[in-house]
Amino acid sequence: MDVIFGNLDLWGEAIGNTLLVFVFGGIIALVLGLIVGAMRVAPVPVARAVGTAYVNIIRNTPLTLVFFFFVFGYPVLGLPKLSNTVLGILAIGIYTATYVAETLRAGISTVSVGQAEAARAIGLPFGQVMTLVVLPQAFRSVVPPMMSVFIALLKNTTVAAGFSIGELAALRATINDSHDRPGSPMEVLLWVAVVFVVLVLLMSWLQRYLENRWRIAR
Amino acid sequence: MSSVLYDVPGPRARRRNGILTVLTIVVVAAVIGFLAYRMAATGQFSASKWYVFTFSAVWSQILEALGNTLAAFALAAVLSLVVGFALAIGRLSDHSWVRVPVTVVTEAFRAVPVLVMMMLLYYGLPSIGIKMEPYWAVVLALMAYNGSVLAEALRAGIEALPRGQREAGYAIGLRKSGVMRLILLPQAIRSMLPVIVAQLVVTMKDTALGFIITYPELLYYAKLLSSQQGRPILQSAFVIGGIYIVMCLILSGIAKWLEIRTRRSSRTTPFPQVTRATIAAHEITNTQVIATQFDAGPGSDSRKG
Repeated sequence: MDVIFGNLDLWGEAIGNTLLVFVFGGIIALVLGLIVGAMRVAPVPVARAVGTAYVNIIRNTPLTLVFFFFVFGYPVLGLPKLSNTVLGILAIGIYTATYVAETLRAGISTVSVGQAEAARAIGLPFGQVMTLVVLPQAFRSVVPPMMSVFIALLKNTTVAAGFSIGELAALRATINDSHDRPGSPMEVLLWVAVVFVVLVLLMSWLQRYLENRWRIAR
Repeated sequence: MSSVLYDVPGPRARRRNGILTVLTIVVVAAVIGFLAYRMAATGQFSASKWYVFTFSAVWSQILEALGNTLAAFALAAVLSLVVGFALAIGRLSDHSWVRVPVTVVTEAFRAVPVLVMMMLLYYGLPSIGIKMEPYWAVVLALMAYNGSVLAEALRAGIEALPRGQREAGYAIGLRKSGVMRLILLPQAIRSMLPVIVAQLVVTMKDTALGFIITYPELLYYAKLLSSQQGRPILQSAFVIGGIYIVMCLILSGIAKWLEIRTRRSSRTTPFPQVTRATIAAHEITNTQVIATQFDAGPGSDSRKG
């Protein structure tokens, strides 16, 4: 227990940083994923091609390499200086956006064409076809896989530890490199693992709750 | 072509699509152009930045690093398949003393990030007197994580099979192991093959995490290269990144090809698609209907089920 109460300040900072990367990375992923997902189902062939290229390239690149590009590569370009945390958030956001885009696309493809055709047949304009018929159905089938994407995002924040961003997985180095801090690497890492298990369980509980809440009675 | 999202475009929609096409091209060209301009302005295209890649020694070391990546991937892939099968079968066991611990282990392995697992093995174990090579830390962590993910995929595949399959197996006198080995697993593996290969792509990508615990794989070598003469940071990232993307694209291509192949052959032979609807449809089998009728006794024509 010393490892927690002796380093309470560091734990608070580490969990704060993990959540910071998670929340802002998640926002970037959602916004960018929405745009790329829309491009991938757009009636414009060029937009579809760009979306497909983006998803295929980024999804087949290890996240560690995306981090490498941003954290080590960005400063070389001589652009305004950004902190490692900001660059890490950008990297994880751009990486996760591809998964968000694919989830959205899969969700839209679960709605049968007949639904939209029927809506158009009774004279609904595009906006109402979307907001009243297609999106409510797609949304429900998107929620569980989207939560899985965000659980993966939470676990992926640990990669930031390799790029001197002081979050949970980096805590071992912080505690063990200062000599007067209590706790062996094993203890620190086991507690980090426990924190992640708790956070992931919390999110999968939320996933199940939302799935049940928004389930359609057919 | 009409889709869920839009109808066949009329003249106005076609004009709008034309504008969107131009807009997309302009935005994408602007982003790429800006990056290329910054790279040119900071001299990223100059010969000195690419100089290290003219040495054959560098390339033989890249090949060596690629060998290290592939060695970790190959062993991790094989081991995670083995562990995946073991955990899947354990989770489906009839004995709760097998099922419960296996379920807990699977869920725990799935919830802990791979990198934390690698760090536990590499930095954590020396605290209790076990020294582990980075190679084994990478392989074992990948094995634990991907094994439990594959176990879940296999379990889903087995549970999605029509219950009649299992019952037919028992009816012709097979034991539990025979039903699993001869009837359920072959079908589950076939329907889950795309998922399994997709997970192998993830394994391949996750070997790059070994970089953080100093396993000398491709990305580690990229970091090493970027401190060489001329500091070719972006250049080595591009070269190594290209290698990763090609390897993963090959694996993804195999996954896609398998998916198309299974879908095509499923049209000729009726093959269960893993959906919630199929699970629901097979909730009650003929055998159960007969059993409930038998329970109700002869003479009663109440059809339960």
